[in-house]
Amino acid sequence: MNERKPTLATVWLDGCSGCHMSFLDIDERLLELAQKVDLVYSPLVDRKDFPELVDITLVEGAVSNEEDLKKIKKVRAHTNVLVSLGDCAVTSNIPGMRNPFGVRSIIDRAYVDTVAIPRPAPSTVIPRLLDRVRPVHEVVPVDVFVPGCPPSADAIYKVLSDLIAGHKPDGKSNLRFGA
Amino acid sequence: MPARVVTLQIDGRDVTARDDQMLIEVARESDIRIPKLCYVSGLSSYGGCRMCLVEVEGTSKLLAACTTAVTEGMQVRTVTPRLTEYRRMILEMLFAERNHVCSVCVSNGHCDMQWLAQHLGIDHIRFPYVYPNLPVDASHDRFVLDQNRCILCTRCVRVCQEIEGAHTWDVMGRGAQSLVITDLAQPWGESESCTSCGKCVQVCPTGALSEKGRSVAEMSKRREFLPYLTMMRGETGNE
Repeated sequence: MNERKPTLATVWLDGCSGCHMSFLDIDERLLELAQKVDLVYSPLVDRKDFPELVDITLVEGAVSNEEDLKKIKKVRAHTNVLVSLGDCAVTSNIPGMRNPFGVRSIIDRAYVDTVAIPRPAPSTVIPRLLDRVRPVHEVVPVDVFVPGCPPSADAIYKVLSDLIAGHKPDGKSNLRFGA
Repeated sequence: MPARVVTLQIDGRDVTARDDQMLIEVARESDIRIPKLCYVSGLSSYGGCRMCLVEVEGTSKLLAACTTAVTEGMQVRTVTPRLTEYRRMILEMLFAERNHVCSVCVSNGHCDMQWLAQHLGIDHIRFPYVYPNLPVDASHDRFVLDQNRCILCTRCVRVCQEIEGAHTWDVMGRGAQSLVITDLAQPWGESESCTSCGKCVQVCPTGALSEKGRSVAEMSKRREFLPYLTMMRGETGNE
């Protein structure tokens, strides 16, 4: 065993940040985790680029737009153990509810049908929506799945503890889709 | 001809049963719970969901425990790696086939399908989601039909015909495109045959049928009435 602590990253794609909130809900155990890992990249960390190689990356959210797609491919290429965290990442969940209707109709609903003075939908700066929202594992290979909306703090803590200790979670942490 | 008593083995345990009983029922009497979605005690067997597949010595085929009658000397296994893998696969296909969004479902936390997925250790769906565009019928005063959550188990169809005697529900179309319908695919609220008894809602294993006004996770079902009604009507039913 070398001196280096495992590195941890968290990524936020199309989700509500609830999974990150649930992660923070592990409360004082965060201090214990902080002794065991280096948090190197996260919405909670001021760092612009994803590091060269991360041991464990938690991904919250589904893949909904071109930026998500670019991001998750990069994350996958630079991560050892990729964890799909929460129902949006695992099933596409709420973001995926637009899939039956097609992307055109939801843009119209947001920018045309429901506004007093319709303006064209933004076509620059904001990333273009993909035709279909996809769970992470339909886009890149995923190593560990943690369903739940959100997964409980205890479940996240258990999975992280297992991974930090160097073994794959046993999948018996009583996880389920939904809340 | 009166029923005979037979002895058989389920998961290595000796049990006795009448030879007109189905395996799933006999197993249940011995506290051996075989996973099920379409079977419900008190209604006829349909054999559609394939959750209750079991291995029977002497045949290489997997048999549905809800449609297989017990026989003398039968040796049955209800939990094997092969069965678990098939049950998982079938359940995953059900999840992929329609829009089962547990987190916003009225039946979240009270759903047979959600519970079974957890029980079988399903943590993601290996098949690509279909995301079909399906209607919700909220035309009835008291109940809602959400086709997105329907797994076509036909419990509603059977309870309506066999217990209530109304036969409001039926199935339209073929394969994955099938839909449960009221009357001749008319809005439920305009159905002339529906008595608004709500039995269909109570037997539905998912959030496909719910009481109006229930929000996320508020729809728990009451199934207890069914065995009593069946008992009171006598066991002959419409056979």
